[in-house]
Amino acid sequence: MATPKIQGAADLNTPPLKTRVRPYLIVAPALLITIGILIPFAMAIYFSLTSYTFRQPVANFVGLRNWIRMFQDSQFWNAVWVTLRYAFWSTLVEMVLGLGIAMLLGSLNNRFSRILRVALIFPLMVAPVIGTIIWQLMLQSSVGIIDKFFNLLGVYGMQWGASQKTAMMTVVMIDVWVNCPFVIILILAGIQSLPKSPFESAKIDGGSAWFNFKTLTLPMLKPCILIALLFRLMAALQEFSIIFALTKGGPGDTLMSLSVTAYTRGYMYQKFSSALPFILILWLIVNIAASQIVKAWRKAQYQATGKDLEEPARKKHGRVRKGESA
Amino acid sequence: MTAQRRLYALLKNGALALYAVFALFPLLWMVILTFKSDAEMLTTTFVFTPTLVNYEEVFLKTNYMRYILDSVIVSGGAVLVSVLAGVPAAYAFARYNFKKKEGIAFQILSFKFAPEILVVLPLYMIYQKLGLYDTYLGLIWVYQLISMPLIIWVVRGYFEDISVEIEHAAQVDGYSWWQIFLKILLPLIKPGLVAAALLCFIFSWNSFTFPLLLAGIQVEPITVAATKYLAQSVVHYGQMAVAATFSALPAIIFAIIIQKHLVRGLSFGAVKG
Repeated sequence: MATPKIQGAADLNTPPLKTRVRPYLIVAPALLITIGILIPFAMAIYFSLTSYTFRQPVANFVGLRNWIRMFQDSQFWNAVWVTLRYAFWSTLVEMVLGLGIAMLLGSLNNRFSRILRVALIFPLMVAPVIGTIIWQLMLQSSVGIIDKFFNLLGVYGMQWGASQKTAMMTVVMIDVWVNCPFVIILILAGIQSLPKSPFESAKIDGGSAWFNFKTLTLPMLKPCILIALLFRLMAALQEFSIIFALTKGGPGDTLMSLSVTAYTRGYMYQKFSSALPFILILWLIVNIAASQIVKAWRKAQYQATGKDLEEPARKKHGRVRKGESA
Repeated sequence: MTAQRRLYALLKNGALALYAVFALFPLLWMVILTFKSDAEMLTTTFVFTPTLVNYEEVFLKTNYMRYILDSVIVSGGAVLVSVLAGVPAAYAFARYNFKKKEGIAFQILSFKFAPEILVVLPLYMIYQKLGLYDTYLGLIWVYQLISMPLIIWVVRGYFEDISVEIEHAAQVDGYSWWQIFLKILLPLIKPGLVAAALLCFIFSWNSFTFPLLLAGIQVEPITVAATKYLAQSVVHYGQMAVAATFSALPAIIFAIIIQKHLVRGLSFGAVKG
C-alpha cells in the first residue's frame, strides 16, 4: 500500500518542483523573445507552397509548384553558382591571408606590430554596407584614388563593380577588407595560447620552419582555424549587404546570389511565395556546411587537446551530477 | 647569419605594412574626403584647401542627426532587452543541468546563422499586420537575433569561469539566490558583460538587412540612410564620406575599449583570447 511515508521518501529523492522548474523559468524570457522569430521559419515553408504575393495576398495552396519552377529556372542555378563562388573565394582569401598575417604578427613583437594588432580591427567594426561605401570612394573613377594609381601604371578605365569581368573580384575584395581581421585576431589568439615546449624541442631537433609549421603549428591551431572558417563561411554564403550596396546583383545577373535573388523577387517584385524556395535552399546549404565544420572542429579539438571539449569547464565547476550530462 | 635574419625581419615588417595599407588606407581616404569641397573633389588628390562644408551640409541641412538617434535608440534598446533576458539565461545554462539544455542553447545560437532574408521576408508580412513595421519596437525585437545569442553564449562562458564554491560559501552565509546573483556574480562578470554588451551594440548598429526591409520611413538607422547617398543623381562624395565616417566612428571607438575581450566575444566564447 502506498502510504504517505513512502510519498515523503520519494520527495526527498526528487528535488522539489520549484528547483526543477527554476532553470526553465530563468531561460524562458530569452527563449520567448527569440522564439517569436521561429514563426517566420514555419511560415516560410508554408507560404512557399502557396501562390501568395504582396499584390494578391491570398494564400492558395499550390503544392510544390514554386519549387518545381525554381528548379527549372536557369536564374536559380546561376544564383547557386554565384553564392558558392562568392563564399569560396572570399572565405579562401580571408583564411589564407588571415593565417599569414596572424603568423607574422605572432612572430614579431615590435611597436609596429603591437599598434597593428589594435588598428587592424577597425575595418571589421565598420558595417559591411558602410565598408562598401568607403570602397566606392576609393574605386569611383572620378574621386577614387585607385584609378589614379592604376593610371600611373598605364592601366586605364577599370570598371570594378560595373563590369561583368571584375564585379565578383570587387565584392570579394570588399568582403576580405571587412572580414579578414576576424580571421586574423582569432588565429592570433590561438597562436598566443600555443604551448612553448614542443617548439623548443623542435628547435633542438633542427627541423625546417616549414616542417615545424606543417607538423606542429597547423594541427594545434586547427580548432581555432575551424571556428574562424565556420563563422566566415556561414556569413559569406548569406552575404547580402555588400553585393546589394555595390551593384544590387548586377551587372546583369553577375552577382545575383541566392540572398539577393530572394530579396529582389520577394521584396522588390513583391512575389513573396516564389522567392521563399530560393532562401530556404540557402538555409539548407548553410546548415549542411555548418554541421560538417562543427564535426571537424570537435575532432580537431579532441586531437589538439586530448579531450572532448563538448562540455568544457562545466564539468569541473558546474552543478552537474555524474551521469546526468546532456 | 645576422644579415640574413635582418633581411627576414625586414621582409616580415614589409609584408605587414602592405596589409596595413590595404586595411587602413581606405579609412584614411574616407576621412580626407570629408574635408574636400565638391569643387575640388574631382581635380585634387592630397593637396587641397580643407573645408567643413560637408559637415555643415550633413549635420545642419539633412536629418542625419535623427538617423543617428534612431540607430542609438534601436541598438541601445536591443542591447538592454538582451542583457535583461539573456544574462539570467546565461547563468542557467552555465550552472543548472536540465533536460534539453544543450538543445535549447544551440537553438538560440542557430539564430545567428539563419539567413537574414529568410527571417525578414515573412516578418515583413507579420510586422505589417501587427503594426510593428517601421517602429522602434519592431526593430528592437528583430535585433534580438543578433544580440541575444551573443550575450547568452559569451556571458555563459564568463559564468563558467567563476568557481561554484564561491556561490556555495555565500549560500552558507545565508545569502538568497538573488543576493548571490546581484551582489557576488554580477560584479565578477562585469568586465565581460560590458564587453559583450558593447559588441552587441556594434553589431546592432551595423545591421543593414533588417532595417532595410522592416523600417525606413519613420525609423531609419544610419546604415540605411547612408546608402541613399549612393542613389542620388548628383553624388556628393564629401557628404557621403561624412555619413560613412560618423557611422563607423562609434563602432571603432567601442572596439578599442573592449579589445581585450574581443576574441572571446567575436567567437561566441569558442576561442578564449
